[in-house]
Amino acid sequence: MNVTFSDEELAFRAEVRSFFENDFPQDILDKQNRSIPLSRDDVVRWHKTMHERGWGAPNWPVEYGGTGWTTVQKYIFADEQARANAPAYLPFGVSMVGPVIYTYGDDEQKRRFLPDILEFNSWWCQGYSEPGAGSDLASLKTRADLHGDHYRVNGTKTWTTLAQYADWIFCLVRTNTDVARRQEGISFLLIDMKSPGISIKPIILLDGEHEVNEVHFDNVEVPVDNLVGEEGKGWTYGKVLLQHERTGIAGVAGSKFKLSRLRARTQESIRGSEPLAENPVFMRKLAAAEVELKALEYTELRTLASVSSGKAPGPESSILKIAGTELRQRIDTLVMEAAGYYALPYVREQYDADFPHENRIGADNETCSALSYFNDRKVSIFGGSNEIQKNIIAKHVLGL
Amino acid sequence: MDLSLNEMQEMLADSIEKFVANDYDFDTRQKYVDSEAGFSNEVWQTFADLGWTSILLSEADGGFGGGPVDLMVVMERLGRGLVVEPFLANVVLAGGVLQRAGNKQQKSDWLTAILAGELQAAVAFAEPSSAYEPANITTSATRNGDSWLLHGAKAYVLNGGRADLLVIPARDSGDRMDEDGITLFAIPADTPGVTVRDYPTVDGLRAAEIELDQVSATDAQLIGQLGQGFPALQAAINDATLAVCAEAVGVMNVLTEKTIEFAKNRVQFGVPIGTFQSLQHRMVEMYTACEQSRSLLMWAAMTLDSGGADAGDAIHAIKYQVGTAGRRVGEEAVQIHGGMGVTWELDVAHYFKRLTAIGLMFGDADWHLDKLAARRK
Repeated sequence: MNVTFSDEELAFRAEVRSFFENDFPQDILDKQNRSIPLSRDDVVRWHKTMHERGWGAPNWPVEYGGTGWTTVQKYIFADEQARANAPAYLPFGVSMVGPVIYTYGDDEQKRRFLPDILEFNSWWCQGYSEPGAGSDLASLKTRADLHGDHYRVNGTKTWTTLAQYADWIFCLVRTNTDVARRQEGISFLLIDMKSPGISIKPIILLDGEHEVNEVHFDNVEVPVDNLVGEEGKGWTYGKVLLQHERTGIAGVAGSKFKLSRLRARTQESIRGSEPLAENPVFMRKLAAAEVELKALEYTELRTLASVSSGKAPGPESSILKIAGTELRQRIDTLVMEAAGYYALPYVREQYDADFPHENRIGADNETCSALSYFNDRKVSIFGGSNEIQKNIIAKHVLGL
Repeated sequence: MDLSLNEMQEMLADSIEKFVANDYDFDTRQKYVDSEAGFSNEVWQTFADLGWTSILLSEADGGFGGGPVDLMVVMERLGRGLVVEPFLANVVLAGGVLQRAGNKQQKSDWLTAILAGELQAAVAFAEPSSAYEPANITTSATRNGDSWLLHGAKAYVLNGGRADLLVIPARDSGDRMDEDGITLFAIPADTPGVTVRDYPTVDGLRAAEIELDQVSATDAQLIGQLGQGFPALQAAINDATLAVCAEAVGVMNVLTEKTIEFAKNRVQFGVPIGTFQSLQHRMVEMYTACEQSRSLLMWAAMTLDSGGADAGDAIHAIKYQVGTAGRRVGEEAVQIHGGMGVTWELDVAHYFKRLTAIGLMFGDADWHLDKLAARRK
């Protein structure tokens, strides 16, 4: 048991660091550093850069275009990505639907979909939640009725992140209502967002941003070829997907970056103020968050190590979701508290790329701090609320 | 980077687990606690014979050559068994000081005997008014001709009442809190002027308040250099802090397992209480606290092992983590056990008491968080 990197691992770290310093689009890093939201084109462009480097899907098996990295390499990569303040991969294609397709899809589906995910030619979104099916996901009502060689889909999906940009949506739909358990009769369907009968209604979140949507399906015709795996097994596939989602959901690398930036800020005298380092109460809260992060980091490493030894991420990955999201929210709170009054201006045009930087109110790491705090209230709710995660652990890990 | 145990560590873990499972059930433990010595000499001898007491001893000195990770492996399992034999006092504290600062003669006279189970030892790391600061020493060492006179008082000396040999840190120069000017003395417990008041502690162990009234010592009794005893003392305390944290992780896991088992079997309102969501979520929090503490413990042991600049941070971090998580787990275990949880009869109460004591040893959670916040400023 040791924490030292081998020479090969150190060389890999240098390679990744150099990539982000030299080959990653620097204008995108600049936007990140100034808290300017990325456009659709920005997101597509940087994903394509990753693909060109051979890093389009770090976690996939090599045969589908993955990297074949070891656990430690994946850890180093995520760490360097966050250290550069580069954006995180959009998860819907590469982390969510991709693994379901290469695990349960047929050869034709793998051929049709995986390369486009890898190259980011297609933008995916996730159709799980419904207005009447949130934490109780198995109560979902969107129907897919078989008519010859296609399904006819009717219903509404909600909280659909960036559906306004998406080319495809993967959905859990009900293909059979005459079942003993509600979890049966649910299928995993891939739907082209250009299909007639799909309409999108924006939902504005409390930070004022258009991030999520309602997606309506009105007699949308979907070829049966787009059914993944067996009809009625969608719940099982979806659960596997959520476990993959949860290992990444801890957000360790991102939290590390935010905390290190916050720690650096505590040393500065901003606008002539006394540095926060002189405030022992704040510094204790910061130190406590750092301890929590280190524990989380090693819990994630333990999980990754068990995955790389051949085991699927088990239900215990739920603790990563709970602990990781609680910590993210705690860090957001600290960043907001550090900004004080300068957390409060809500001047939306100053997040436009062409807004003159010198006219901004507040420093770069202050201006969005309250908005991040508000926006990240979602993280303990999405992906299965933290209370649902506790139910999962109670049942499947503790056997209660 | 590697998070797995090596073959030697797996074997060590396995043999201690077997010992606890076969020879150290709760009733046996209580019998040892209630005995005159407060532990079993026979068990202690077994530890020595099996080589467990020599895990930290360098290979050059005839030991196992182990480090913090090995110590973690041992202590977690001793924690699971709620073992009261004086491993911490003899091996980690006294052994740790002697191995680091002792000369050849002292090692052959004392260290070998301690690890062979033939000599009991204690390190007086606290004073009545030192709180948790190891350098906060007022016991004085004054030159008297060609010998020394020690004068002062020591508090909570673990294993002090049974120790044949006391390691006494005393101040020969400098002010209270100065790290320079602290000298370590090896004092036989029967030296004139040494008064030992032995007492049981809430967690089934023994400690002592010790008075030193003009106790005479020769230069040969100095462990290490004059005035330069603090680094060895601090290093041994760091090891001991990691050790009790590992022990606490063992204790926390047992408490969590026992609580879950109890909740599955205890029927109220016609159903097992483990079916109640309010209790399920709290047990999930106990489980999470155990896992997070284990993760941080592994990091702390590896960091201490690598000897880097952040070794001090690691000790503060893990003790803060175990202090907070341990208190939560202990209190919840008692609460969910209901009335049974507050009885002397049930082992749960005794695990809880050990966890509580560990929470206060070598600095509580607040103290370590303060240190961490100040260090990293």
